[in-house]
Amino acid sequence: MAGCGEARGYSEIEILAQAAHAAISDAGLRLQDIDGLCTANLNAAMWPLNVAEYLGLRPSFIEGTNIGGSAFVAHLQPAMLALSAGLCNAVLVCYGSTQRTATFGRKARAAARNMLDPAPFDAPYQPFNPPSSYALIAARHMHEFGTTRQHLAEVAVSARSWAQLNPAAFSRKALTIDDVLNARMVSDPFTVHDCCLVTDGAGAFVMMRADAAKDRPQRPAYLLGIGTAVWHRTVSNMADLAVTPAQDSGRRAYAMAGMQPNDIDMLQLYDAFTINPILFVEDLGFCRKGEGGPFIASGLTRPGGKLPINTNGGGLSCVQPNMYGVFAVIEAVQQLRGACGDRQVANTNAVLVNGNGGNAASSQSTAILGSSATL
Amino acid sequence: MNEAQQVSGPEEAYQRALDAGRLIIQRCGECDRSVFYPRTICPHCGANNLSWFSPMGDGHVYSTTTVRRSQEDGGDYNVCIVELAEGVRLMSSVRGISPDRVIIGTKVRTKVVKIDGKGLLVCEAK
Ligand SMILES: [Zn+2]
Repeated sequence: MAGCGEARGYSEIEILAQAAHAAISDAGLRLQDIDGLCTANLNAAMWPLNVAEYLGLRPSFIEGTNIGGSAFVAHLQPAMLALSAGLCNAVLVCYGSTQRTATFGRKARAAARNMLDPAPFDAPYQPFNPPSSYALIAARHMHEFGTTRQHLAEVAVSARSWAQLNPAAFSRKALTIDDVLNARMVSDPFTVHDCCLVTDGAGAFVMMRADAAKDRPQRPAYLLGIGTAVWHRTVSNMADLAVTPAQDSGRRAYAMAGMQPNDIDMLQLYDAFTINPILFVEDLGFCRKGEGGPFIASGLTRPGGKLPINTNGGGLSCVQPNMYGVFAVIEAVQQLRGACGDRQVANTNAVLVNGNGGNAASSQSTAILGSSATL
Repeated sequence: MNEAQQVSGPEEAYQRALDAGRLIIQRCGECDRSVFYPRTICPHCGANNLSWFSPMGDGHVYSTTTVRRSQEDGGDYNVCIVELAEGVRLMSSVRGISPDRVIIGTKVRTKVVKIDGKGLLVCEAK
């Protein structure tokens, strides 16, 4: 990782390259060993070209699919297939954004994206996206299942209690349920504390075939299962606001891994908004549909709980540079290595990562990563 | 060239009708389901024979949010998803009542208004 929080004075490609260098060194490799590249960016349509040029790579495998913030979880699947087909030997997955401190501001970038890729049947009503789309999802979940604003606040407080154990987290100040409920309202039922951070940050990791990864300096994390699902783009075209494509991506990942929810020790869930982890524990089979609020409010996702969620503090409290997926993967790998210091959870052998993308839980990518004990 | 002869895709045809004060949506000739937003093929069955009709205009609020905005920028406003009696859902806004009074289940009627010369579908609480 590099440039997390504020990277004032740096461009996004600069901190991406710093993160790439850190990941490649961590793997005991040199830049010249990288022959596969997966990357995406919200502003540049042909971003792999920018990255290959900047890093001086001539990769034989290139993957630039952008399905939103879940992209860097989704990239695990084509990277795995390319490695097992022998197309390449070492794939660099990397991302970077300086959305917080960039001099060309967030508003101007968002306006430019809306002009280039309009949503003509939604835009006239001026939803404040992405918050308004997830707010519509949360309102429906509350209506159907009795989920409350307190349940949503529990997600933010759980994330913050992990962030307080992580010196690298952006927001570490104590946060209570009342702090969340009484904060400035953005788009009902969300206050600012129900919404993820807006930070800079870059992250990268390297994928190799399992036999080659054995000889590296760090203990590898193994990809046991991966599945991706896309059902819609806009919230107005989401078939059921209380059900996300994670039902499909999760089923695919469990099937590949030969695992079930009760085999999983820890979750790294893309928490763009507080409703997301509630939806994902339901859609990924950790509780029944509608019970996600009380499930998380029971405290089992906080430090010391039975099913830790977002041990780095997540996008709500650790880091959220527009697309978070790569950081969820990195935290899973760090926990499997036992490299997490105060926030390390003992006996972590199987971690489920769920990436979320688009304005309305539109794309989901679920990966299950394991230690050598799970092989 | 008169209006009937004018060639346009479904998106343009839909907006032209709105500009003339009329709401039209599509129905599939194969699976008989209503379709929104306007398309060249049916997202339910893949058929390409969609035809226009005028929905009754009755619906209810499927989900809703109040977008908070400062008073000087115009104040808070409603954004909702409305389900029409014909089964389609669309994004809209309930006008005429304060946004905090719009709740899920609120019965609404569609209404076409003109904003800057362009037709826009909004809803009124019944
Ligand atoms: Zn059809």
